Amino acid sequence: MTSKLDGVLNFHQTALNLRSYRQQLLAGNIANSDTPNFKARDIDFSGALQGALSARSANTVLARTSARHLGSGNENPGGAQVLYRTPHQPSMDGNTVDMDLERTQFADNAIHYEANLTFISSQIKTMLAAIQG
Amino acid sequence: MSLFNVFDIAGSAMTAQSQRLNVVASNLSNADSATSSTGQPYRARQVVFSTAQLNPHGVSGVRVAGVIDDPSPMKQVYEPKHPLANAEGYVTMPNVNVVEEMVNMISASRSYQTNVDMMNTAKTLLLKTLSIGQ
Repeated sequence: MTSKLDGVLNFHQTALNLRSYRQQLLAGNIANSDTPNFKARDIDFSGALQGALSARSANTVLARTSARHLGSGNENPGGAQVLYRTPHQPSMDGNTVDMDLERTQFADNAIHYEANLTFISSQIKTMLAAIQG
Repeated sequence: MSLFNVFDIAGSAMTAQSQRLNVVASNLSNADSATSSTGQPYRARQVVFSTAQLNPHGVSGVRVAGVIDDPSPMKQVYEPKHPLANAEGYVTMPNVNVVEEMVNMISASRSYQTNVDMMNTAKTLLLKTLSIGQ
């Protein structure tokens, strides 16, 4: 039964983790809008979500044989590949942050995060209704 | 809780932008300082931003790598009655470009505002996360 409860919430948990990671990347882009030679970065969300979901179902655990190996922290859920953005209007100082794009993506990501929270809340309510009758 | 990193990122950018604003204020107020404690005219200063890695997953903030002296040439103003004028009547004035500094100031203040907005968004998201299932 517990694993079923886990399974119900698994998808949204993974999605929330990825959303919060993407929020950090976009925040970094906006913060570095005046840094020379900074290259804006982002993840391919749907691909990363699929990767994270399949990695979770396969129950991947990173074996660490040295203290200097990277662990599988949830800062980068499911090993999402961080890509570089292709600039539409590159600037003279080598900075590829497009402020309009980054801000819309930041707002978009925030709304999706909230939507995920709403879904998770309603799922919890459904489960509670099923338990309490 | 990884969303807390947004506070670190926005905070680092706000620190950097406010330092830039400080340097602009110093440049603008000294735009006419023909001499200083060293006896030399004031030289404009500029901040240099660089990326600061916060963790190994590509999340980065900003830091001020250093404050440099503006390498552009000093202004020569013809003013023979000035006590600091040389034999030809020219006074060496600071190399502060007032227009550039004003643009710098507006840019810094807008970036600062954006980062405050970013922090507010992260705060709203975190508060909503805390109320999951209620």
